[in-house]
Amino acid sequence: MAFVSSETSATHALSASAVKILIAGGFGVGKTTMVGSVSEIRPLRTEEMLTELSSGVDDLSGVEDKTTTTVALDFGRITINPELILYLFGTPGQQRFWFMWDELAYEALGAVVLADTRRLESCFAAVDFFERRKIPFVVAVNCFDNAPLYEVQEVREALSIDNAIPTVLCDVRKRNSSKQVLVTLLEYLIGLAKSATTPTEASSPVQ
Amino acid sequence: MKLENEFWFDEDAGPLVRPYAVARGRTRPTRHNLEMTTLVVAARTDGDVNVDREYAHILRMCQRPLSIAEVSATLNLPLVVVKVLLSDLIDWGLIIFRSPPRTSEVPQMELLQAVLDGIRKL
Repeated sequence: MAFVSSETSATHALSASAVKILIAGGFGVGKTTMVGSVSEIRPLRTEEMLTELSSGVDDLSGVEDKTTTTVALDFGRITINPELILYLFGTPGQQRFWFMWDELAYEALGAVVLADTRRLESCFAAVDFFERRKIPFVVAVNCFDNAPLYEVQEVREALSIDNAIPTVLCDVRKRNSSKQVLVTLLEYLIGLAKSATTPTEASSPVQ
Repeated sequence: MKLENEFWFDEDAGPLVRPYAVARGRTRPTRHNLEMTTLVVAARTDGDVNVDREYAHILRMCQRPLSIAEVSATLNLPLVVVKVLLSDLIDWGLIIFRSPPRTSEVPQMELLQAVLDGIRKL
């Protein structure tokens, strides 16, 4: 434990910055498992207190009068290089409050929507959310044991997403498989960046 | 709608009083530009500063750059409370921070390629 000097430490620190990718999908679809399989740290949990529930967004009965709620999310970290850290945030799946969490989606590079073919509808909300916010995403079908097997095209049609959106099969328990999903996302993002006429047009949110 | 997944036990239910207490009731950070992925690091490495326990804990933790989300997770305090505490430390000159790159400002292609290269090396 030797520090050269406080100045050295501080200068080094300021040269690093962080980016994030969101892992979304329904409850129990394997978001935290995916984060954990590629993260260099055991997934951590942070929480935020959100206020101002908008009516019609949540479907929990009995909490209509609540004005604040706590939403937890798990995340992992990948040190890309000494200057760049990637954080993977698994969005909370058991409730929909995270849709009000503007900061979560703000400046995210992109997202992975994890789908479970046994309850495909559980990821509709996430697909909707990213489409509305113009956040690029790929769909990864987590292949659970005993889950019905569908062709990628069938999943795409069921979710009614554009053919251009990459859809892949995966097993998020396996590091290599999770890694491949992220590679697919990044290649997709690079393709989008290449085809965008100007960077501002590509990243400007709708509404 | 299955409700059994909605029950929170023990730690999942979260702390009851402490978050508000450590931030002395404040829920708005003095600095509004702090985000989950803002990196923070102690400005000094000697750690010999006379501050309250939570502040000292943050300074010890931040001898290397950490995201605000990591500080929040380690302290088991909500993000908003951690942002209040970090705002104080930044105002006192004890913590320096770096905001995440604005994806509309940085050369996006270079950034994406770096991330892709990093993931491929995993």
